[in-house]
Amino acid sequence: MNNMDASPTPESSRPGNRVRTMDIVNKGLAKRYQKERRFRRYGLAAIIMSLSFLSFLFISIIANGYTAFQQTAIELEIFLDPQEIDKENLATANYLGMVRTSLKKTFPDVKGRKDKRKLYGIVSTGASFLLQDFVARNRHEIGNTIKIWVPADDDVDMLMKGHISRDVPESERRMNDLQLSWVDHLIEQNRIKKEFNTTFFTAGDSREPELAGIWGAACGSFYTLLVTLLLSFPIGVAAAVYLEEFAPTNRWTDIIEVNINNLAAVPSIVFGLLGLAVFLNFFGLPRSAPLVGGLVLTLMTLPTIIIASRAALKSVPPSIREAALGVGASKTQMVTHHVLPLALPGMLTGTIIGMAQALGETAPLLMIGMVAFIVDIPGGFTDPSTVLPVQIFLWADSPERAFLERTSAAIMVLLAFLVTMNAVAVFLRKKFERRW
Amino acid sequence: MSPLQLLLTLLMLTAGGYYLGRRQAFAVSSTNGGPKVLHSRPTYYGALAALWCAIPALIVFSFWMAFESSVITDMMIAGLPEDIRSLPQDRLNLIVNDIRNLVSGNIVGGEISPAIQAAAEHYQSLRVTSHAALTVLVVSIAIVAILWIRKLISPALRARNHVENVIKVLLIACSTLAIFTTIGIVLSVLYEAIRFFQVIPISEFLLGLDWSPQMAIRSDQVGSSGAFGAIPVFMGTMLISAIAMCVAVPIGLMSAIYLSEYANKKFRSIAKPLLEILAGIPTVVYGFFAALIVAPAIRNAGATVGLEVSSESALAAGLVMGIMIIPFVSSLSDDVINAVPQSLRDGAYGLGSTQSETITRVILPAALPGIVGGVLLAVSRAIGETMIVVMAAGLSANLTVNPLKTVTTVTVQIVTLLVGDQEFDSPKTLAAFALGLMLFVVTLILNVIALVVVRKYREQYE
Repeated sequence: MNNMDASPTPESSRPGNRVRTMDIVNKGLAKRYQKERRFRRYGLAAIIMSLSFLSFLFISIIANGYTAFQQTAIELEIFLDPQEIDKENLATANYLGMVRTSLKKTFPDVKGRKDKRKLYGIVSTGASFLLQDFVARNRHEIGNTIKIWVPADDDVDMLMKGHISRDVPESERRMNDLQLSWVDHLIEQNRIKKEFNTTFFTAGDSREPELAGIWGAACGSFYTLLVTLLLSFPIGVAAAVYLEEFAPTNRWTDIIEVNINNLAAVPSIVFGLLGLAVFLNFFGLPRSAPLVGGLVLTLMTLPTIIIASRAALKSVPPSIREAALGVGASKTQMVTHHVLPLALPGMLTGTIIGMAQALGETAPLLMIGMVAFIVDIPGGFTDPSTVLPVQIFLWADSPERAFLERTSAAIMVLLAFLVTMNAVAVFLRKKFERRW
Repeated sequence: MSPLQLLLTLLMLTAGGYYLGRRQAFAVSSTNGGPKVLHSRPTYYGALAALWCAIPALIVFSFWMAFESSVITDMMIAGLPEDIRSLPQDRLNLIVNDIRNLVSGNIVGGEISPAIQAAAEHYQSLRVTSHAALTVLVVSIAIVAILWIRKLISPALRARNHVENVIKVLLIACSTLAIFTTIGIVLSVLYEAIRFFQVIPISEFLLGLDWSPQMAIRSDQVGSSGAFGAIPVFMGTMLISAIAMCVAVPIGLMSAIYLSEYANKKFRSIAKPLLEILAGIPTVVYGFFAALIVAPAIRNAGATVGLEVSSESALAAGLVMGIMIIPFVSSLSDDVINAVPQSLRDGAYGLGSTQSETITRVILPAALPGIVGGVLLAVSRAIGETMIVVMAAGLSANLTVNPLKTVTTVTVQIVTLLVGDQEFDSPKTLAAFALGLMLFVVTLILNVIALVVVRKYREQYE
């Protein structure tokens, strides 16, 4: 400020030696320009900082998670003993024993209970179920010796992916030297490999990282979002149409509007409390069900959809309405035949963005019990289930290193869904955007 | 019939109603001069029949479904043997839970006594009866409605007006849902909070300095009373929010200024959507990022300087929360900065000020109310944010302003108190609702102030 106005400076009051304002301005110019450049740089720095946060987040998640799309498998040679397996009743056979016998045959010099238990631990506990499935599908193989790839235990998996370092002293490693030597032996014999991790996309949750997948959570998310979409889209559009086209301007309408704006800013966890108190405790709906999750998320996304739909309705020019009324349409006909079709793309865009929000929402679902450990794939609206973000939350809490990469991979899947939904919204907006 | 099948049946009946109503309209008009003698177009007669078929049946259906489970449970409890019924409420709830699990085929803990087995069968049979009764009721309502409307249809029936009135009522009902949601939130949270304050005096909750809500199972256990002084929880919330604002406000505001005043069109069209990606990332992802990447990094950085940093430091949670809020602050400030009239800028340039002087001395003061409103909204967002703090902040309620220590927040406490096994009447569970009430009230006040400020400001330049 002091460079800008010249009059109160001491020089100007001296008689005969009047300094021209221009000189004072010129004198300060260099400093002011410097300030200008600095300010501009701050702005650019702010943007660069936020973008680097963004890229850091993405890079760290991808770097942590891309290995989860591969899973280490071990080849076992198993003799399907016809005396052991009853052809009529396959479930009674001791598949676990067969897996163990095969491992013992591969490493005949392992003695002692402790070492043997460690040896059995290098393949996943799911190996016996895999074998049982294989036998059920290939009954003619009973009596033969088969070669089958089974998933390795998560520690072996981590070792193969380099997350367990061989350089640290044995006492601080999750696997001891003996276990390392077994893995090395398998590598030499070419009986261990990394393959695409289909389990991750087809299985439900599990305590064992190598058997855990996101399909159960994805199904839960699907049912929950379906309920949300079926309820929130019609209700949101109806509310927006009423407020924009029919509602008289009075106190009542004002209250509704203030309410909608406030609800849009209420913390999501409060909706969870509402769901817990009203849907679960008052109405007695089942816990952990996609139905209840969908209801809670409906209440949460409604304000978003209503606000977006109102904006879409507002952008339809009044001349269309007047023309429709002018040829004798009733008000409802004007809305349903003319205004709604024109506003629909905007409303759909808003709805998709609302759905994307709902897909990523976690906190209210924790309140209504969708955090349970659920192995089964949900098959309906009232089955206990979990959703993708909650699954991420649950896995992030698990101590195993292998769950860290699975969490990151699940995040990548969730982000992929969100990006797709938003891309569809942008595409719709671009395609149907109309300037009047 | 299962509820889903019933709904599908109702849908088909509605479609049938539409078809019948429309055909009836043609039929009644064919004798005296074709459809043009009808008051409304034939589709309206069909729509009228469909609406009357669907709406009453749906209302009955939803009421039935809403109360079915609690009514059946009460009936089942009434049918239990005397010795089970006389158990205290919480034991009884456990048994009811067991029975429900048994019915839905889940694993039940402990032995299944014959009485419970019988009760489960009773429950199952009640449910079958209830579904059958509902099916009969809903289908008969729908059919009666169709037949009744079909009889009413005549050329003079003002079908269009009827349909439009029904539609209007439906629209009004949908728009009032927002009010019912608010009322529902207030009532449910307030009701439980009042029950909490009956046990713990409100003054102790608001002014107490000690928070340890663990209630002992046996009365002789150490620390059985539980302490419900919420000040440390509020302080922790404020500390984390303050850190978040320290990150979000400068970066968000400067980004908005740069984007709206300096950046050329091309840069803006790339940077703005990229910034908005930050807003679209689910909070659970930020939580994971804070807990597993940022917090260890800060801890290691602290260790190299010689500072002892907790692994669940407020700094990590606050920092990541700040990153999350950046786009929120920047898009709100962008709006208000753009709303400042061009004439003010031109005036400042005309007096010879540089661009930064124009921004800091003219535009920002003019936009200040709007920016303050935006920041208030951002604060309310930070206070209500849950997943980041649940995953990255701690559980122990320390009364401290040291950002390197562990603090806890209101939302963390709500989640930990309500997730997992819970008895619904203990002060521990009810405390979560009291905290929820505080959260709702504080964010509501912040939002209302922000909305009023922003609205006032907008009017100023319009």
